[in-house]
Amino acid sequence: MSLGTFLKSTIDGANALRTGFGITFRHYAEQQLKTKPVDTIQYPEERREQYPRTRWRHVLTRYDNGLEKCIGCSLCAGACPARCIYVQAAENTDEQRFSPGERYAAKYEINMLRCIFCGFCQDACPTGAIVLRKDFELSDYTREDFLYTKEMFLEAAPMETMIPASTIGAMNRENAAK
Amino acid sequence: MAIELQELNTNALNAQGIQVDALDDTTMVINMGPQHPSTHGVLRVVLELDGEIIVRATPHIGYVHTGIEKSMEYQTYMKAVTNTDRMDYLSAHINNAAFTLSVENLLGIAPPPRGQMLRVMLMEIQRLASHLVWIATHCLDLGAMTVYFYAFQQREKLLDLTEMISGVRMMPSWIVPGGLRGDAPEGWFERAKEFVDNFPEALEELENLLSANPIFRERTQGVGYISVDECLGLGVSGSTLRAAGVDYDVRKAKPYSGYEQFDFYVPLGEFSDVYDRFRVRMAEMWQSREIIKQCIEKMPEGAINISDRKIVPPPRKELDNSMEAVIHHFKLWTEGFHPPVGESYVPLESPKGEIGFYIVSDGTNRPYRAHMRPPSFMNLQALSTMCVGRLMADVVAVIGSIDIVLGEIDR
Repeated sequence: MSLGTFLKSTIDGANALRTGFGITFRHYAEQQLKTKPVDTIQYPEERREQYPRTRWRHVLTRYDNGLEKCIGCSLCAGACPARCIYVQAAENTDEQRFSPGERYAAKYEINMLRCIFCGFCQDACPTGAIVLRKDFELSDYTREDFLYTKEMFLEAAPMETMIPASTIGAMNRENAAK
Repeated sequence: MAIELQELNTNALNAQGIQVDALDDTTMVINMGPQHPSTHGVLRVVLELDGEIIVRATPHIGYVHTGIEKSMEYQTYMKAVTNTDRMDYLSAHINNAAFTLSVENLLGIAPPPRGQMLRVMLMEIQRLASHLVWIATHCLDLGAMTVYFYAFQQREKLLDLTEMISGVRMMPSWIVPGGLRGDAPEGWFERAKEFVDNFPEALEELENLLSANPIFRERTQGVGYISVDECLGLGVSGSTLRAAGVDYDVRKAKPYSGYEQFDFYVPLGEFSDVYDRFRVRMAEMWQSREIIKQCIEKMPEGAINISDRKIVPPPRKELDNSMEAVIHHFKLWTEGFHPPVGESYVPLESPKGEIGFYIVSDGTNRPYRAHMRPPSFMNLQALSTMCVGRLMADVVAVIGSIDIVLGEIDR
C-alpha cells in the first residue's frame, strides 16, 4: 500500500466515522434536550395509542335495552380458523328472555390459548354481538384460566335493565346440569 | 492455502462423519445454531472448518416446522389466509396476497381498481417494514447496534399503519380472495402521507451510518460472492439475485395487482457480495416509498371488493333488510366458495424473493394442496456456495445478507 492510498483510506474512514458518530450524537442530543418526541413508551404507566379497529379480547355486546345481541347461531364457531369457539344455544322463554330472537347462547366459550385474533368471528357475526376490543393484557397462570366463559365476555348490562348478570350465570349452571 | 483447500474439497469428508480417514482428518466440524443469535430464528448450520476457513456449510432446517401447508388443506379458502400470515411473519400482507392472487386466478376474478391499489400500498408498506427489520438485524449481527434502534423507530410507524387498517400489527389477514376485509379508515392516508414525507430523512440517516463506514465495508465488501450461474442454478431470487446483476423483479417481469401503472426502477448490484445486497435493498426501500407515494396520489374511488356474493360476503348493512344477503353470508362463512377444478400459481415479489402459492383445487371448498414457493428456502441453498473459502465470521454476514425468515423456510 502506497502512502497516498493509505492516507486517502485513513481520511475517508475518518470522515465516514465522523458522519456516523455525528448522527448518533445528534440523536443523543435531541433526546437529552427533548427537542424531538421520544419514541419509547414506559409501558405499564404509559400506554400506546390504540386504534378503533384493534383486534384483541372479545366482548359480547348488548342492545341499548340490555338484551344480548348474541342469538346463539354458532356462525362465529363455524368461521373460526382455529376452532376455538364453542356455542350452545337454548330457547328464550317469555319468563326468561336473554335476546330478542327465539334463541340465545346458553354457553359461549372461547379457548384463548387457541385464538389467533384474526377477527373472523367478528366479521361473521350476523348481529354484531361478538366484537374484538382493546384489552390486550391476557396473561394468566394456568391453562384452565384461559377457557373464557360467557360471563367473562358479556358486556356489563345498563343499570336499568331487567336481568342481572348473576342470574345468567345461575341459569347457565342450571342448563349445564341438565 | 489455496491448494490445500482444493484438496480438501475434492477429498471432502462427510459433515455427518461418515468415511473419515484419521490421517486425512484435518478439518473440524462445528455446530452453529440452532440457538445462535445471528441465525435469525432456529437455523442450524453445520460448518466444516479447516483452521478458520470454511470448507463446507450445511444448513439444517426444520426446527420450526408446524405443518402449515397441511393444515391449510383443512381450511376453507378464506380461512386458509390466516395460515399464510404465519409463514413469513415479517411480510404478512405479501403472503396473504400471494395466496389470494393464486385463488383469484383459479376463480378468474380480480378486485376493482381501488382494491388493487390498496393491496399494492399495503404490500409496499410491508416490504419497507420487512427491509427495515432486515437492516436492523443484519447490522446488529455485524456489531452496528445503533442502526437497530433507528430502523425499528421507522418500522413502528409502518406497523401503526397496518394496525390502523387491520387492527393488528403483524398478522393482519387483511387481503382475502375477492378484495380486502375493509377499506382504509379515516385519516389513514394522511398518516401514510406523513410517513412518506418523513421517511427520506430517516433512510438517509441509515445510509450515512453504514454505506461509508470502514468497519461495515470491511465486513461486507467482497464477502459472500456468488456468480450469476450459481444463482440461477440454485433458484436464488429477490435482492440476492439482483445484487448479482440479474434484472429480475416479478413486479416488472410479470406485473400483478396493477404494478405496471407505477413508475419505479429495479436497482441492480454489480459485485454480488454482501455490500451489494445491502445497497440493492436500500435502493429498494427508496423505490417502495416512491410506490406508496404514487398510491396515495393515484388512489381511485369506488369499491374495494368484487360484487359477487358467492365469493365475498355482503356488506353488513344489507344483512338487516335482505334475506338473500343473510343466506349468502351464512353460506360463505360456513361453507365458503368452490373454485373450479384446476391448479394455479401466481408469482409475487416478496421482500425475500419470488413468492407464490401453487394451489390445486379439486372443486371442493378446500384446497387439495397448497404449496408455497418459499424464497428464503431457495436463497438459503446458496449459503454453502457463498461461504466456502471464507472466514467463519463471514457466515454471520452472509446469513444476514440473504435475509431469511425461518418461519417461511420450515413452514
